[in-house]
Amino acid sequence: MAPAALPMFDAFLLQAGYNATLVTLGSMLLGVAAGVTGTFLYLRKRSLISDALAHATLPGVGLAFLLMVALGGDGRSLPLLLVGAGLSALAGLLCVHLLSTRTRLPLDAAVGAVLSVSYGLGIVILTVIQTLSAGRQAGLEGFLLGSAAGMLRSDALLIGFGGATAALLVILFRRPLLLVAFDAGYAATRGVSPARTDLMLMVLVLAVTLTGLKVVGLILIVALLIIPPVAARLWSDRAGVVVAVAGGIGGAAGYGGAAASATAPDLPTGAVIVLLAFAAFVISLLVGPVRGLIPQALRRARMRGHLDGTG
Amino acid sequence: MIPHRQIAPVASLTVPALSISGLSVAYDDAIVVGDVDARFMSGTMTAIIGPNGAGKSSLLKATLGIVPKLAGHVAFFGEPLETIRDRVAYVPQRAGVDWDFPARVIDVVLMGLYGELGIFGRLRPSHEKRAMDCIARVGLTDFARRQIGALSGGQQQRVFLARALAQRADILLLDEPFAGVDAATEKALVQVLHALRDEGRAIVAVHHDLATVPAYFDHVLLLNRRRIAEGPVATAFTEKALAETYGTRGAAHV
Amino acid sequence: MGSDFVMLSLVPMAIAALAAVACALPGNFLLLRRQSMLGDAISHVVLPGIVLAFLVTGSANPWAMLLGAGIAALFSVLLIELIVRTARVEPGAAMGTVFTAMFAAGVLALERSGASGVHLDVEHALYGNLESLIWLDAKGWSSLADPAALAGLPPELTVLAAVTAVVGAFVVALWRPLSVATFDEGFAATLGLPVRALSLALIVVAAMACVAAFSAVGSILVIAMLICPPAAARLMTNRLGHQVWLSLGLAVLAALSGYVLAGYGPLWLGFADSVSAAGMIAAVSGVILGLAALAGPHRRRASSALSTPAARPYKPPNA
Repeated sequence: MAPAALPMFDAFLLQAGYNATLVTLGSMLLGVAAGVTGTFLYLRKRSLISDALAHATLPGVGLAFLLMVALGGDGRSLPLLLVGAGLSALAGLLCVHLLSTRTRLPLDAAVGAVLSVSYGLGIVILTVIQTLSAGRQAGLEGFLLGSAAGMLRSDALLIGFGGATAALLVILFRRPLLLVAFDAGYAATRGVSPARTDLMLMVLVLAVTLTGLKVVGLILIVALLIIPPVAARLWSDRAGVVVAVAGGIGGAAGYGGAAASATAPDLPTGAVIVLLAFAAFVISLLVGPVRGLIPQALRRARMRGHLDGTG
Repeated sequence: MIPHRQIAPVASLTVPALSISGLSVAYDDAIVVGDVDARFMSGTMTAIIGPNGAGKSSLLKATLGIVPKLAGHVAFFGEPLETIRDRVAYVPQRAGVDWDFPARVIDVVLMGLYGELGIFGRLRPSHEKRAMDCIARVGLTDFARRQIGALSGGQQQRVFLARALAQRADILLLDEPFAGVDAATEKALVQVLHALRDEGRAIVAVHHDLATVPAYFDHVLLLNRRRIAEGPVATAFTEKALAETYGTRGAAHV
Repeated sequence: MGSDFVMLSLVPMAIAALAAVACALPGNFLLLRRQSMLGDAISHVVLPGIVLAFLVTGSANPWAMLLGAGIAALFSVLLIELIVRTARVEPGAAMGTVFTAMFAAGVLALERSGASGVHLDVEHALYGNLESLIWLDAKGWSSLADPAALAGLPPELTVLAAVTAVVGAFVVALWRPLSVATFDEGFAATLGLPVRALSLALIVVAAMACVAAFSAVGSILVIAMLICPPAAARLMTNRLGHQVWLSLGLAVLAALSGYVLAGYGPLWLGFADSVSAAGMIAAVSGVILGLAALAGPHRRRASSALSTPAARPYKPPNA
């Protein structure tokens, strides 16, 4: 066991090489961004829309690849693939909006429909690519569940930079975001447009999603946007603290998952990151001071003790 | 006593705090508010009353720009809302908010100051003191650092009023402020509102309880999609007007 | 066409149609109860259940997978309830937490267990392998009457047929209580209807449909079948009965035309290989929904559905 453990620790201690270190740090920043942004999504009760957004990136990724190849490239450029992903995600978001506002369909149905249809379309395009480039490994399946392994240095930088920028912007605009999340009608009377604030939030969520496509994959990025805030909520009743803790949990999960994935390249990175975040959630559920089960039980025992003591 | 902006007596006599003309609101193909005119003066407390579905909340929300209006003109102190927002405060229905939100009482009241602070302004101790003064005014000092979900219905309503107070607005619009609150809270809220009115501000409230109209308010606006009557309670709050607003049910109980 | 069609295409098309029907049926009610995302959740949580069944039985036995998935679905529902109740998290976020974590666990178990290579690798879990469900023993249309050949039918077909029958029986038998409880749960409860049991039963039935369909279209595309045909039907009629029948018709249409387009479309365009049938079925169901959204006779919301919440009821002054 000992020889196998050493490489793992190396990765965790950022000793496993420059590339692996960059990937780990980039994933950490992504996790922070997802936790922070996801908190405002959670407070605004729109967490599951991010699932539709994430799945809607798939057709765009495929089309971008095809376009690049048709124009003579090799289709591997991450920034260009992400541009395609972003455009189709925006189209998906527009469809969700139109379906839920112009028809009698409720929002959850609109989200589910866009999610599954765009995903299906994306899979069709993916299989088209598979048949066209039978000998070439497109590697696009890596966008489904994430594959930190084999990430380029430039990719890791892009991810880290993107994550950091998104996180900073969210923190900068936390006041209107909180105001609209808490009481949209009141926000409107104060001149803060809920529609515009929501749009800004979705754009930031999109940025985080695009940043996370390579590391966590589109199927699981929603987990990184949901689980850290849910866990963080159990630690505090103050929005600012919740945001910070969520960022911390997301960052730790990103860090740990990428480090683990660096040592075992066939581990699906996204799955490991998500399970780490879930582990943090379970811990929070047990010991979180505000809602944790153990503190609650202790409080109740103390209160019972008081009752007995004073009769 | 919270220091407040002095409203010039002459101005308060001529420029209505809120003036609505020809306001109509529609959802899809149904008109919920039809061509309503109304004026609300400073130093008065007006009740907007009418049966279910009469468009009272919609009128308020359209006035504040929360829902779009089909037609009509709204002016606060002679100006459009966008230019004069800091003088207008809104106290919504409690039901619209998630009380599990991670905010304490003082955090919510501080939200009332965001208009002054803007997005990036720094919160200073003076702001916190101002918030605490508003919290004290509604009698919630001991609850200032409690999470809002831990409060009773009446206390939550008081938090909303405290938030409006923090804005130091000259007109307050309230949507059913006494719905589902305990008697003590109702009394406390009325006291605060009367004090604000006596300071020269305008109070406009959608109200549900006909019995308390004469005691709490000095003016009424009777609404059933369109304006039925408007004016001082003594002259406008009559059996005839109520019968027209509610059908015969209202009249029988006055 | 004859014997080739029977051997290669008849069974996948039948499976696709059955899967679509099995999902559309409960999907109608989930849609009306605003529980469409439950389909998303179920189709994610069945993965670890299926992997578990595979690990325990050592084979890709559809019945075992059905059981495993059912257990996983039940487990997730209970876990979500627990989280909502103790941590006071709102249901959407609780669902998202549980189903993503369970899916991640399923993916990890798949990769580590060496299930890759046998029937269950991740890609198939994600988008199915409809095209491979061929009927090797068939020699032509006559095989439909030949017991020996019928014994060689892919087991997924039998499972789906059975599940579709169960789902259909459920909807028919419980039609009235389901309709009432879906429209107004409070009222149904006052009538003495066991609304919680009904709700749970609906979820179980939907889960069964998802799992049975999994072998055809993978665990995620099931959502398209749960939502799109019922949603399209919803925009085309105001009557529940019509909506359900219409959704079944649209589901079969999507399944069959999607399969044909995926299999033969590329050939018509001059390419050699087919594209993903499951993906195409989802895409076609999306097109159908899009058309319904643009032109469906009942696509708009009723104005009363948009009005502001009713003011407090008028209270007599001396009460």
